Amino acid sequence: MTELLQHLFNGLSLGTIYALVALGYTMVYGVLKLINFAHGDVYMVGAFAGYYLGSVLGTDRAPNLGKAALVTIGAMAICGALGFVIERFAYRPLRHRARLTALITAIGVSFLLEFGFQLNPILRAPIEFPPGPSPRFFPALVDLGAPFDLLGATVSRIDVVGFAVAILLMLGLQWIVYRTRFGVAMRAVSFDSQVAGLMGIPVNRIISGTFVLGSALAAAAGIINASARPRIEPLLGLMSGLKAFVAAVLGGIGSVPGAMVGGLTLGFVEEFVAGYTSSRYRDAIAFTVLIVVLLVRPDGLFGKGRVEKV
Amino acid sequence: MGFRRALVPAAALLLTLAACEKKKSGEAAAPATPQAASPGAKIWFGHVGSLTGGEATFGDSTDKGIKLAIDELNGKGGVKGMQLDLKTYDDQGKPEEAALAATRLITQDKVTVLLGEVASSRSLAMAPIAEANKVPMITPSSTNPKVTKDGDKTRPFVFRVCFIDPFQGTVMAKFATEKGVKKVAILRDVGNAYSVGLADYFLSKFKDLGGTIVNDQSYKAGDQDFKAQLTAIKAKGPEAIYVPGYYTDVALIARQARELGMKAPLMGGDGWDSAKLFEIGGAAIEGSFFSNHYSPEDPSPRIQDFIKRYKARFGAVPDSMAATGYDAAMVAADGLARAKDATGDAAAEAIAATKDFPGVTGVITLDKDHNAVKPAVVLEVKGGKAVYVSTVAPDAPAPAAAAPMTAPNPIPAAKPAGK
Amino acid sequence: MRSLLRSLLPFVIGVPVLLVVQEVMPPRYFLWVVAIGVNVVLAVSLNVVNGFTGQFSLGHAGFMAVGAYTAAKVSLVLGGVKIAMLPEAVSDQLAFALALAAGMGTAALAGFLVGMPSLRLRGDYLAIVTLGFGEIIRSVIENMTSLGEALGLQGLPKRTNVVWLGVSALATIVMARRLAVSTQGRALFAIREDEVAAEAMGVDTTGYKVRAFIISAAYAGLAGGLVAHAIQMVTPQMFTFIRSIEVVVIVVLGGLGSVTGSVISAVVLGVAIEKAREFEQFRMVVYALLLVVLMLLRPQGILGTRELWDLRFFRRVPRPRPLAVTPGGASPTEVRDEGGRGGQA
Repeated sequence: MTELLQHLFNGLSLGTIYALVALGYTMVYGVLKLINFAHGDVYMVGAFAGYYLGSVLGTDRAPNLGKAALVTIGAMAICGALGFVIERFAYRPLRHRARLTALITAIGVSFLLEFGFQLNPILRAPIEFPPGPSPRFFPALVDLGAPFDLLGATVSRIDVVGFAVAILLMLGLQWIVYRTRFGVAMRAVSFDSQVAGLMGIPVNRIISGTFVLGSALAAAAGIINASARPRIEPLLGLMSGLKAFVAAVLGGIGSVPGAMVGGLTLGFVEEFVAGYTSSRYRDAIAFTVLIVVLLVRPDGLFGKGRVEKV
Repeated sequence: MGFRRALVPAAALLLTLAACEKKKSGEAAAPATPQAASPGAKIWFGHVGSLTGGEATFGDSTDKGIKLAIDELNGKGGVKGMQLDLKTYDDQGKPEEAALAATRLITQDKVTVLLGEVASSRSLAMAPIAEANKVPMITPSSTNPKVTKDGDKTRPFVFRVCFIDPFQGTVMAKFATEKGVKKVAILRDVGNAYSVGLADYFLSKFKDLGGTIVNDQSYKAGDQDFKAQLTAIKAKGPEAIYVPGYYTDVALIARQARELGMKAPLMGGDGWDSAKLFEIGGAAIEGSFFSNHYSPEDPSPRIQDFIKRYKARFGAVPDSMAATGYDAAMVAADGLARAKDATGDAAAEAIAATKDFPGVTGVITLDKDHNAVKPAVVLEVKGGKAVYVSTVAPDAPAPAAAAPMTAPNPIPAAKPAGK
Repeated sequence: MRSLLRSLLPFVIGVPVLLVVQEVMPPRYFLWVVAIGVNVVLAVSLNVVNGFTGQFSLGHAGFMAVGAYTAAKVSLVLGGVKIAMLPEAVSDQLAFALALAAGMGTAALAGFLVGMPSLRLRGDYLAIVTLGFGEIIRSVIENMTSLGEALGLQGLPKRTNVVWLGVSALATIVMARRLAVSTQGRALFAIREDEVAAEAMGVDTTGYKVRAFIISAAYAGLAGGLVAHAIQMVTPQMFTFIRSIEVVVIVVLGGLGSVTGSVISAVVLGVAIEKAREFEQFRMVVYALLLVVLMLLRPQGILGTRELWDLRFFRRVPRPRPLAVTPGGASPTEVRDEGGRGGQA
């Protein structure tokens, strides 16, 4: 029983990361109908942004809650800006081209981030940038103490904090999407961007805002994950990004609650399959889920079926 | 009409292929042979190592050890009057890149000897290429037996200056048993020939000594989350966990094990040896043990002198990769100096005859399988570094060529590690 | 009969030339030739699906893996065997041919198995599903003990050489061109231009799409077998989806739908990559920049959907254009999106 409970907690920890990143995929797909391949790499940049900010602010020597918050917010801002820049210069010019073109561009941006970060450091001080291909250790941003016992399972405090932060962010997103004018505008653009534009909605600004939001969430996910699993490297976003995308598809791509549910579900599935059967198939699980979903119910759990009109 | 259509792409192809022969230089397509001894000619050593990626310190340390050796040899006049030089390629931790790098070193850079790799998976990729081109290859620290042995046949051109995993696996098995540990779980890296082989050898010996393996889990190098496997292991209550992987993963595994409340110590092999293990593992890796090729605490003057020279050159205490890299380069030079002519066959023959060579990782004698028979040391992680615990000598020969997992080939009475 | 002779002509000219080249080529260029040859086979075969049929497949590496491993296994099994009465060299070549053929066969089968369920999906979804299948294939290989698990298979004989690479490249090109000028090819182009209209006109779209997939996969398998016998080993890490994307880049650069474009692009990129090996890290960054800039400035690639001889430079007399449905042929990356809704999966 404790084993089951432990797996549950592990799955939850994994799932929250997938959920946060999946939100970015789903929101961007909603407004642009584009699979932003570069999103997983924005998550990676968030982790590194946290690493660099942390070293500048000195959290590796003196972990401190205030500084941790500063680092997190700073990383979110940096990635938000990155998301804005990517959309503005790589995707916006292709808005009226075929979707294939934008998809290939997204792949190009993804490679650019991945391999750009793998270059050996050009800048040496105050930070070594780019970080180079070898993994780096992410020092704890805040010293929380030893893991504690919960109903027989052991839970580490950073997982609890991470989960709390994730929930807060997701609630915040829900509020933005369903209770603000920006959210209404975003949903309108998701539904039909042409008509939304005719109704006076500044489509470009909404789309930029969506990118910024999604990227900020990915950055937060990057920092939470790096705090719990303190090894970061430029290819961090590869597998995690892909899995988060699967989570978004599972939940119904384009649906915000879907991404959250999809992320948590995938986290649990991966944890239970790896824990109870063979851990070798860990990565393959995500792809199997993807294929099953796409073949059986392409709209995912929460998506609405769309009819193609000729 | 079809002719016209076919002609143009064919012409395009032809032009391209023709362009390939622009630099016609009358070189025969023969296997690379060492340079003839002419004044000013150099002997090139080729090193394939993982300078980047998850095991970056392996390639980097080995390279430094080799460089130190080459500098010292050149200072003493080189080999057969010729100076030595080194060409290093980074394989980024990928076996296919290691194969390509080896091919490039042989066909383009015309090296006389190949040094590398540290990881058995990558050495295995390089070995057939060295064989096919008749270029001797010495691996400093690949411990999987298949590197020098292809099935039942010893590879004539591949050598190593370290012990092999059938021995290394028994080292920790014996150590654990002596400490009274009866139940061990294994967590191995399935992507890695070294890890899988070592885990199997440990498993076999530990069971022979009366212990039980309560769980056998696997992961892939680069995985971030090991909690699923660790939770399954925790449920079986092992007294120790054998993790024969590479240092970055081991460090994370140690952390996550402690986070799950597991107090059992970890055990491992020479893949742990890196300064990064302590950096990433922190307090989590304290109290764990691993087998290794040498310990910098060894008071033998030859070793201490080497450490002094290495520190003076590179500003750090050499780890076992640097030490074995140094030994590999030295053994290669020694072999070349004894070779009767400049062909690859002669070089291989001379290297195979290496006997009682005074290396910094121990006295090196290559047995009939081209493996060095040497003792291993057991180290404990204490206070953020590896502290010497004990030395384990190789067993006496086992009767007949029984299971491949027993102690290695017939050797003279065990010599202590250069003490 | 005439068309058969026409197709054989490139080989009749090509093989003697290749034999000569093989004799005089210095061995240091071997890896270059491998890179170019394999890229040509991969790019042209992918073009059949991505370019001719307008489907976006990101799983090409998976088929390459299937072909590579099958060929490797066959070679290892036949390793000690020799056909009596034949000199060993000839026997070896036959064994290699058999290995390659086996690789193509299993890859074709894989293409069928992947294509059948996937080709109901459109655009982005198809891309993701094919990527997923590619990774699943790799994962399965990584877990099969008989295939060496993560370590792969080593000790393969080195059989790939200039002649084999050249012949394979020629075969792929001839196949693609014959397809392009045939009725089946026309069906594929129709599907690319407007699938719904094609269906309405009686074209069995799913059937043709699956067939294109099968052919494409078979030749990817050929490429895999060639690579395996060039570096004498196969590992699962050689066939990640990054490899698939690299091939997509080559095809897009050359122009989706243009066979000569793919060839030119494969040669250019093959040479560039080998030359840039020293600057390994920069090479991929430049690759990525190239991709982004290309999509922003000239998404149809070098030649769009046209072939080299369609360029005005080569044309002296206006010739009948049997292939493109629209004048000049709209590249799939050029088609104007309807904005707003777009097509749904």
